[in-house]
Amino acid sequence: MIETPAPDVPHLVEIRHLWTVFESPDGEEQVVHQDLDLDIRRGEVLSLVGGSGTGKTVLLRQILGLERPARGEVRVLGQKPGQHGAGGAAKVGMLFQRGALFSAFSVLENIAFPLRELRLLPDALIRDAALVKLQMVGLGPEHAGKRPSDLSGGMIKRVALARALIMDPPLLLLDEPTAGLDPESSDGFCDLLRGLHRELGLTVVMVTHDLDTLFDLSTRIAVLADRRVIIAGRPREVIAHPHPFIREYFLGGRGRRALEALHDAPAEAAPGSAGTPHR
Amino acid sequence: MPSAPPIDDAPDIRAAASAPGAPATAAAPRFEARDVDGIAWVRASGRWTAMALSSRSTWTALSGALQGMPAREDLGWDLRDIEPLDHIGAQLLWNHWGQAWPKRLVLEAPHQAVLDQCAQFTCSLPVEVPPTTAERLKTFAHLGTRLAIALRDFVRLIGQFALDIGTLVRAPHRGPWRDLSGQLYQFGATALPITALVGLLIGVVLAYLTSQQLRQYGAETFIVNILGLALVRELGPVLAAVLVAGRSGSAITAQIGVMRVTEELDAMRVMGIPHGFRLVMPRVLALAIAMPLISLWTSMSALLGGMIVADLSLGISPAFFLQALPRAVAMTNLWLALGKSAVFGIMIALVACHFGMRVQPNTESLGRRTTSSVVTSITVVILIDALFAVLFRGTGFR
Repeated sequence: MIETPAPDVPHLVEIRHLWTVFESPDGEEQVVHQDLDLDIRRGEVLSLVGGSGTGKTVLLRQILGLERPARGEVRVLGQKPGQHGAGGAAKVGMLFQRGALFSAFSVLENIAFPLRELRLLPDALIRDAALVKLQMVGLGPEHAGKRPSDLSGGMIKRVALARALIMDPPLLLLDEPTAGLDPESSDGFCDLLRGLHRELGLTVVMVTHDLDTLFDLSTRIAVLADRRVIIAGRPREVIAHPHPFIREYFLGGRGRRALEALHDAPAEAAPGSAGTPHR
Repeated sequence: MPSAPPIDDAPDIRAAASAPGAPATAAAPRFEARDVDGIAWVRASGRWTAMALSSRSTWTALSGALQGMPAREDLGWDLRDIEPLDHIGAQLLWNHWGQAWPKRLVLEAPHQAVLDQCAQFTCSLPVEVPPTTAERLKTFAHLGTRLAIALRDFVRLIGQFALDIGTLVRAPHRGPWRDLSGQLYQFGATALPITALVGLLIGVVLAYLTSQQLRQYGAETFIVNILGLALVRELGPVLAAVLVAGRSGSAITAQIGVMRVTEELDAMRVMGIPHGFRLVMPRVLALAIAMPLISLWTSMSALLGGMIVADLSLGISPAFFLQALPRAVAMTNLWLALGKSAVFGIMIALVACHFGMRVQPNTESLGRRTTSSVVTSITVVILIDALFAVLFRGTGFR
């Protein structure tokens, strides 16, 4: 587990009284988030956890400014999201679930794209910076000229991560970073993320269903259920929360196995012993 | 703020440097040169980040100053006032140093880590060997093979379609009728407004054009013959076919192409559902049925446009126009137009399916194949039209 940052550091992302409402074609309204509050502190690795359809990815998209909440406010680095304009890649990096690499570009062009779009820096500098990032995510320079269609799933994720990090944004969002990777690649990817988090001082927000990744990386876990964040706290506090979803999610068969990564038995964390509801 | 950096000739000063830096400033990246005890030092400060460098004025000032600096071996660098330094800023410094550590350098540990990464990972791109003449020739010759393969696949598609029709005739209850009705609606019914509009306008344009000429010869009534023959026999079917090729041909290619990208085609094959029978045949049949009807519809609306203009500019009443039309244009022309349109429809659908099946699982290929599909099907339509014109040159004229 990554070292937990001090709790008094300023918030990088602030979500206040957020409502998300989807309208089905026949005019029925479906409330996904109701009066949701969440703060993301500088330097932490926050995992969003919740059942299917609880709006985890929607929340990520709202932080990115790709979708607007029905009511309430999202602030990223003190600004409304999606208003960063050119150079937005310097504020927020996003790793999409399937990489979202531009298939018309080579690997190096993909990584260099945000820098090149500034149309300011010289090509040699951009190329060198992209090559450095490519190698920081663990791929050799021989992959630079390849097309995304020639890459394996794990390599696509790595290249996408390099592209998200090209301008060293303080905030990195990950949507299912290890989905579709074999266990070995998943572990490698987790190691990579942990290393980058340490070296670059990143703040990471991720959506994941992979409990190994979750316990491996998270400094804080926010659980979405009942249309709000029922608890946001350190993994141990969250596991101890008595909410039925959490009991089922973490203390089911898979959860128990993954919890062994925490190195002590979940039985010690009896219900109510440490959990403090978020609101 | 340290007024003078520590002076030390040892190159390992980098690792030893740990003096507390200046308070963080939100200033632009900059540096100044000064001499301390006979040694030239450069003191860099400000925000050396991608974000700061992405402002045009900052970048121009900084890059200009960096270029104007003499490249001296013994120059000392003091980076302690930089806050923060990211990989782009570090790369800029590293490249300025000619990708080697300067002899004298003082900086803080986090900056050291960033610069270390740049130093470790900066490398030149693997050189791609330019292809030799023989290889180029081989690639060029391979074009022929690829063309032959594409033609073979197309012939195979036509053959498969014929076989599928046979299957359908033998067991009509197993046919993909729902697909067919959906495609008919999509290719036929939804194309009616646009074909009507284009047809009407072409009718108007053609009628105005000919009415000017005919008036000179006093042969106003012949406008019925000209418009009737031209629109029913040629323009109606070809216009409709070109519109449908652009509209439905591209849709078919994109639809099947996306199914390739998302592996839906593979899923169908695994389930043992033949692509030809479930994907190609309903689309070809739908266009074979819809195309003649759309062509008739286009001709009708073009004639309507011509009729209005004939009334307005030549004083030929719609009643006379409608009366004279059957005498001017033999019924054979209509049958010819309908038959031709059915062939157009079949060819558009086959070409579109052919290119859709050849899409590779990436977006670039999808775009390219869709373009080729539309271009090819329009060319094919014109070719077939010319063929019909030659074959039936003695039919339908009075």
